[in-house]
Amino acid sequence: MLRFALTAVIALLVLQPARAAESLTVLTYESFTAEWGPGPAIEKAFEAQCGCDLKWVAVGDGVAILNRLKLEGDSASADIALGLDNNLIAEARATGLFTSHSQKLDGLKLPLAWTDDTFLPYDYAHFAVVYDTQKLETPPKSLDELVRGDPEYKIIIEDPRTSTPGLGLLIWIKAVYGDKAGEAWKTFKHRVLTVTPGWSEAYALFTKGEAPMVLSYTTSPAYHEIAEKSTRYQAIAFPEGHPIQVEVAAKLAKAKSPALADKFLAFMLTTGFQDQIPTGNWMLPAAPTSTPLPAEFDKLVKPVKTLDISPDEVATNRRAWTDEWLAAMGR
Amino acid sequence: MRRRRLLAGGAVLVVLTALVLAALFALVTTGIEGRGGTAGYIAGVTLFTLLQASLSAVLSVGLAVPVALALASRPAFPGRRLLLRLFAVPMALPVLVGVIGILSVYGQAGVLNRLAEWSGAGALPPIYGLAGILIAHVFYNLPLATLLLLARLEATAPETWRIAASLGLGPRNVFRFIDWPQLREALPRVLGLVFMLAVASFTIVLTLGGGPGATTLEVAIYQALRFDFDPGLAARLAMLQIAISGAVVLIVGGSGQALGVEPALGRGSLRPPSKSSWSLFAIGLAALFVLGPLLAVLIGGLTPALGKVLSEPLFYRALLTSLVIAAFSSLLAVAAAYGLALARAAHPSRALETAALIGLVVPPVVIAAGWFLIAHRLGVAQPVTPLLVVLLNAMMAIPYAASVLLPAVHATAERYDRLSASLGLSGMVRFWRIDLPLLARPMGLALGLAALVSLGDLGIIAIFGGEGLTTLPLLLYQRLGSYRTEDAAALALLLMGLSLALTWLLPRRNREEGAR
Repeated sequence: MLRFALTAVIALLVLQPARAAESLTVLTYESFTAEWGPGPAIEKAFEAQCGCDLKWVAVGDGVAILNRLKLEGDSASADIALGLDNNLIAEARATGLFTSHSQKLDGLKLPLAWTDDTFLPYDYAHFAVVYDTQKLETPPKSLDELVRGDPEYKIIIEDPRTSTPGLGLLIWIKAVYGDKAGEAWKTFKHRVLTVTPGWSEAYALFTKGEAPMVLSYTTSPAYHEIAEKSTRYQAIAFPEGHPIQVEVAAKLAKAKSPALADKFLAFMLTTGFQDQIPTGNWMLPAAPTSTPLPAEFDKLVKPVKTLDISPDEVATNRRAWTDEWLAAMGR
Repeated sequence: MRRRRLLAGGAVLVVLTALVLAALFALVTTGIEGRGGTAGYIAGVTLFTLLQASLSAVLSVGLAVPVALALASRPAFPGRRLLLRLFAVPMALPVLVGVIGILSVYGQAGVLNRLAEWSGAGALPPIYGLAGILIAHVFYNLPLATLLLLARLEATAPETWRIAASLGLGPRNVFRFIDWPQLREALPRVLGLVFMLAVASFTIVLTLGGGPGATTLEVAIYQALRFDFDPGLAARLAMLQIAISGAVVLIVGGSGQALGVEPALGRGSLRPPSKSSWSLFAIGLAALFVLGPLLAVLIGGLTPALGKVLSEPLFYRALLTSLVIAAFSSLLAVAAAYGLALARAAHPSRALETAALIGLVVPPVVIAAGWFLIAHRLGVAQPVTPLLVVLLNAMMAIPYAASVLLPAVHATAERYDRLSASLGLSGMVRFWRIDLPLLARPMGLALGLAALVSLGDLGIIAIFGGEGLTTLPLLLYQRLGSYRTEDAAALALLLMGLSLALTWLLPRRNREEGAR
């Protein structure tokens, strides 16, 4: 028993990552650094270029990154936070933990104008309704058709109190319906099968066949087509426009390796980084890649209109919009 | 001896209280201000929390009573042991895996719905809402309650059965004079346990609740810790949750009766086997209810992804991490529960029993967040993370271990204290010679339950993960978060197999030991 215990303690110690002398620490989310994610290849490419040690620290998601930084405050060990999104920017800026990126923005390929000097985009996708072609022959052609459609055909959505896509839908309905958002939710409610805490639960229920529609991303079908050779799940483009999720990175003001951090941010917009994004992160690159995207990405729906709601507006109104949602959905 | 026992329990209590208070204090003093919920919102959430938790507890335990009685009265049917071991498996199943298993049976595309359509009855109404929440809570808690109640029923002393036989007691009187007093003693504790598990429920309530009408305090706490990032509010909501569930458990617990019949320990039961058909019916129904979703998890996991997952070094690392954490935290939980049980035997107070439930009253995410903060403030996050994960997992598992050990230790004390004293046995000698052999079975059950609980933990590891510490449930969730549904299903199957293997730790049946 004692020997087992000792072995176990040693095992746990060994499992802790090692520290190297000259290193850059990037705080990000888990699916970015996962084996199949873009992290490993990016690490290799950047280390070859900088002759340094790139170290990932990964937490659950973008919200968790921001919360961890707030918890750590000035004692934060990361040089860069990678994986916040446009709707978190206002709150992230308010912490005062970040400093400007000093990168030129003219190389960006985004469907909206970007001028932020602190938060640098690296990829994006639009929120979209994804549907099961085997269960739904005539998908809604607009957001309004989705809201008012036959309650027989349900959708699974995420909770705006606990998840980014949920917040995305909240913004979407608000941007399209304005003052009438509450009424829209009251009608839409009958089409909602359930509201899950996060994207994972919603998507798992959707692929399980619980409902013919789910709130996800325009890029979701690319995963199924490339990784599973299946065209069963498709996204729908709505003429009212789609809200966008732009993922960003930023340098911490208290970075221990500020020069390396700058190098990394510059590297982020080059092909060494961007090439890994489409099939690693299943998002669209924010800067040019060395080769054209896989053909499956060309087939993705491209929203004609991007709903550009400023981060400040979201931060100011999130509470009120959530209360409106709660009231309409039955609390 | 009495003093030493009280000291043991007191020490455990002090450590537990300090763990909780330090975490809450750290959260309240962050100085980070968020935008908290309104009083009306919190009141509504609290009401729903109480409603669903009470219903879940009454339903789960109410249904577990006939099942436990049926199992006690049929000590030797084929597959009984496997069934009991399978009853322990849901404890280690990450909630989302259980939810998906449940939906495979009761969901829109589930077996029942397909049967209904095939039979021409048309589609069944969706289970989303209170019904879905209750089905899931009963799935998770009925087997647990059954195991705990059965352990109690099987502890009836052989002498009692001899007397019952010589008096010629019929089934009705056996229930009235033998089983009911045992159940009555155990019910408040088991009800309290399930009530608190349901209070702390989060993913089930949101996913199966159908909309924000179904929101528990735990959802509000999670929201406060995430989007609103208001650690102070999270701590205050946690205190509200502690106050409410603590009060309910004190009230329910206070109504419990003192032990009427002394339970036997480690020896054969002589209960006359029953041949009644209701017991078969009860067992069959419970088996169908619990095994259906488990079978769905098994079938769902049998894809080519299973082989792929099994060939990944990542899987084995997560497996090792999970096992090491489970091993240490279950040992720690059992030691702590034993300390509490000693004190409880020396001083029969309900407060001590309630204290034993602390790991459930207190939301683990809140305590984990608090300790994460403390570790970072002290600048020791890296080295102490594994220790904290083990410690907090142990804290979460103490209620399970205590619910088994409290009555068992009480019984050994009642029976052997005087004898040991007259023989001059005390301290470690007494522990090795008298208590350990007698307590081997309950200790085994306590260890097994505690290990299963920490094997299934996601809340604590999710706060501390990301620094190289990845457990199986966390790995599963990561796969799910990046479209890899099949990998996740394979991991769920493996996790289920692992927990089934762990149930070997659970004690075997009385009769076999008695036959040796």
